[in-house]
Amino acid sequence: MNDFDLKRVPLRDLNAHLHNDPTDEVTVKNPGGRHAIAVGIDAAIDVTIDGHVGYYCGGMNKRAKITVAGHAGPGVAENMMSGRVRVKGNASQYAGASGRGGTLIVEGSASARCGISMKGVDIVVAGDVGHMSAFMAQAGHLVVCGNAGQHLGDSLYEAVIFVRGQVGDLGADCIEKEMTPTHRQTLSRLLEQSGFQHSPDEFRRYGSARGLYHFDVDHADAY
Amino acid sequence: MDKLGASLGAMLVQMSERGPDSAGVAVYRAPPDDRRVKVSLYSPDDHPWEDLCNELTELCGEPPGFDRRASHALFELPSNGFDAVAWIRERHPELRIMSVGNAIEIYKEKGPPEEFVRQFKLWEFSGTHALGHTRMATESAVTTEHSHPFSTGEDLCLVHNGSFSNHNRLRGNLRRRGVDIRTDNDSEVAAGYLMWRLREGDTLEQGLRRGLRDWDGFYTLAIGTANGFAVLRDPIACKPAVLAETDDWVAMASEFRAIAQLEGVENADVWEPAPATVYFWGEN
Repeated sequence: MNDFDLKRVPLRDLNAHLHNDPTDEVTVKNPGGRHAIAVGIDAAIDVTIDGHVGYYCGGMNKRAKITVAGHAGPGVAENMMSGRVRVKGNASQYAGASGRGGTLIVEGSASARCGISMKGVDIVVAGDVGHMSAFMAQAGHLVVCGNAGQHLGDSLYEAVIFVRGQVGDLGADCIEKEMTPTHRQTLSRLLEQSGFQHSPDEFRRYGSARGLYHFDVDHADAY
Repeated sequence: MDKLGASLGAMLVQMSERGPDSAGVAVYRAPPDDRRVKVSLYSPDDHPWEDLCNELTELCGEPPGFDRRASHALFELPSNGFDAVAWIRERHPELRIMSVGNAIEIYKEKGPPEEFVRQFKLWEFSGTHALGHTRMATESAVTTEHSHPFSTGEDLCLVHNGSFSNHNRLRGNLRRRGVDIRTDNDSEVAAGYLMWRLREGDTLEQGLRRGLRDWDGFYTLAIGTANGFAVLRDPIACKPAVLAETDDWVAMASEFRAIAQLEGVENADVWEPAPATVYFWGEN
């Protein structure tokens, strides 16, 4: 157990501790919306942040379980490799951007470009996501228990999107797809491990129509 | 709101890392007699404000309200037919008119936000609402006159995060239409644009909608009005904006950490405004 009060201790000291043989449990007090808190961890530890964080919290995370007991600024869990980041409040834009693995859970709502260019991360949002979410998403799952904004899944590759509420509109090359038993099973697992009590039957699945993988001059209008 | 200035000051200081170059505020507080017009003036030099006050006393037939605050001076002028604003503009071109209106008072200065808050004694301000800005200059020089908020007409002002890419052409067009734009700053062009649209009879909402068509670039704008404020983000909405609402107040900032300074924030409804959508609090 190790406490870091960011009102008294420099942020670099916290991140240095997290990078070099950290204790199993770390608590961060008074984060005050500071940027780049608990970034670049490569250890199976628990980090609890008691308050609101700014940009890029939990970025590049490997193996650690990070909990933000507050709101998160832009780019939370950006490029996460593995582990789990849980935000108790809302997350700002590009949450989980380009993440390669692990799970990002947002108990409030996420904002614009949630899961942009995700490459294998699973993102589960209890509330809504903003416009251009899952833009160019390549792999992984985006689960939205509320509504999705405009241009959902624009230029999507092989990421899978589940939405329980309304979709503003679908982006280029994103279509609704059949919910197969395999997808229902995956969704059920993601909801359960996130602690959200919805039935998979309440969701619709969206994926790529695979029309834009390669440049085709006949599709020029769609780019 | 008694703590308006103190709250705004705390928000500005919190945003210091984001905008260390200059800071400014537009505070809305009504004068005792609402027929009086408040004029906020700035001088880069140590101006003989008392002399100006004496001149205005003679011309207006009664002494104006006069409050000196760092590099600025605020005059409360009686509305008895004499156009003191036009007179100041003509006879004192060395002074910069920062704001004109019933309620608005603009103060801004280059330098870190903390110093601004101290110099202008921000904690002394009460009022109905206020806008603040800390600037990290990207498009033009760091001077007091390049700082935000920019006046966009009586009791109106604008703060901007972003960069307009077509501001040179817009500035030329607006100047030909007689809009007074003083600097090469891109945000001042958006302020001048709104000034022009309002002069042409648009409502603020119409002006902002038209701006969506004519402005090229990135912007999150907050516009102060006599009894509220408006927010507009460009259609891509990369520049951040976060809103928080409680039963007692509404606040907007670039980052939640600024709003986290406010009393009662733990009960606030927190959300981010959608792109290309005009939001209003108070009357339009």
